[in-house]
Amino acid sequence: MDRIRELASKKAAVIFTKSSCCMCYSIKQLFYELGASPAVHELDKEARGREMELALRGLGCNPSVPAVFIGGVFVGSTTDVISLHVDGSLKQMLIDAKAIWF
Amino acid sequence: MADVSPRTDTSTDADTEDKNLRNALSQGMIASDGSDKSRDQKTLRRLAQNREAARKSRLRKKAYVQQLESSRMKLTQLEQELQRARQQGIFISSSGDQAQSMGGNGALAFDVEYARWLEEHNRRVNELRGAVNSHAGDGELRIIVDGILAHYDDIFRIKGDAAKADVFHILSGMWKTPAERCFLWLGGFRSSELLKLLINQLEPLTEQQLMSINNLQQSSQQAEDALSQGMEALQQSLAETLAASLGPSTSTGNVANYMGQMAMAMGKLGTLEGFIRQADNLRQQTLQRMHSILTTRQSARALLAINDYFSRLRALSSLWLARPRE
Repeated sequence: MDRIRELASKKAAVIFTKSSCCMCYSIKQLFYELGASPAVHELDKEARGREMELALRGLGCNPSVPAVFIGGVFVGSTTDVISLHVDGSLKQMLIDAKAIWF
Repeated sequence: MADVSPRTDTSTDADTEDKNLRNALSQGMIASDGSDKSRDQKTLRRLAQNREAARKSRLRKKAYVQQLESSRMKLTQLEQELQRARQQGIFISSSGDQAQSMGGNGALAFDVEYARWLEEHNRRVNELRGAVNSHAGDGELRIIVDGILAHYDDIFRIKGDAAKADVFHILSGMWKTPAERCFLWLGGFRSSELLKLLINQLEPLTEQQLMSINNLQQSSQQAEDALSQGMEALQQSLAETLAASLGPSTSTGNVANYMGQMAMAMGKLGTLEGFIRQADNLRQQTLQRMHSILTTRQSARALLAINDYFSRLRALSSLWLARPRE
């Protein structure tokens, strides 16, 4: 969990993924499209990946990846991110966290 | 000796008989000299009767198998006809138990549920049209509109269950008419396209509303693009996995490799359901958001416009299927 928090606070937009996960790819593409440059951490390439995955599940992230943090705050997985984007909140969060400017 | 026909498992019967006879002889059960001739004859007669019974059994089995095979062909033919008829928009209800779980009959069961949902949806939309035309008050309109939106939630839930049972059927869009299938995106309509057609129908909109609707259109399009790219990545990944299992297929190492790659491919196919779910979630969220931006009256007009559009697509499908050929 500490590793998650540590990594999540290092950049305005942080996404935890797995290299084989295509839904993670979708979410990454969405962020790039919005002009954000999220930090991407692949759990299957992390030494403590299994621990981190359990920690994400503990946060209520289901499925565990993709897991999105904005401004250090846990936002959710795919469903949450898309829902927030539809009502305009995602963009505002990114602006507030200074991940994007407009 | 015994007839050994290749299609029935007969070959052992004669062998076993001979083996039994030889065993019996070697164990001294039957004396090989003349004193037990009667016992020999009894045994031989018994063996002959066994042979005859076995032969009759083989013939019966052969006849049964042939019957099964012709029934199977008939079944395949019937299934094809059913599919063709369904494609032409003819609603065919199954005579079986419709409360049956999606298990074996996922596709057909879903088609039936969808047809029922559509019928109810059209009824509600007609009710809305009547209310709008008779200048009903906002209160009455709101009740009908809320009802239609809640009813949309029903089909998304039904689709979700159906996707779990048979994701490829949902993806195929065979449950929609041909013209609708033309525009199919991840098992349904594109919200961004729907909003584009609505913007013109909904005037007058306030500046705020116009901006919000445009933002919604843009957001839904971005989400659609993101999901599309994820699907392409999935296809790519699946192709690579299957290609990796190609190559000289003789060593045991390669067999293990093949099975491993197949297992991986299965895992990837499993993620398809997630994409359908996200696509439906996007549709659902977009409808809700649209409704929250618009006034009741505008929402009513939007729902009527959406229904008009899809009705036209369905009518087009019917015309197309009924067109004179040659």
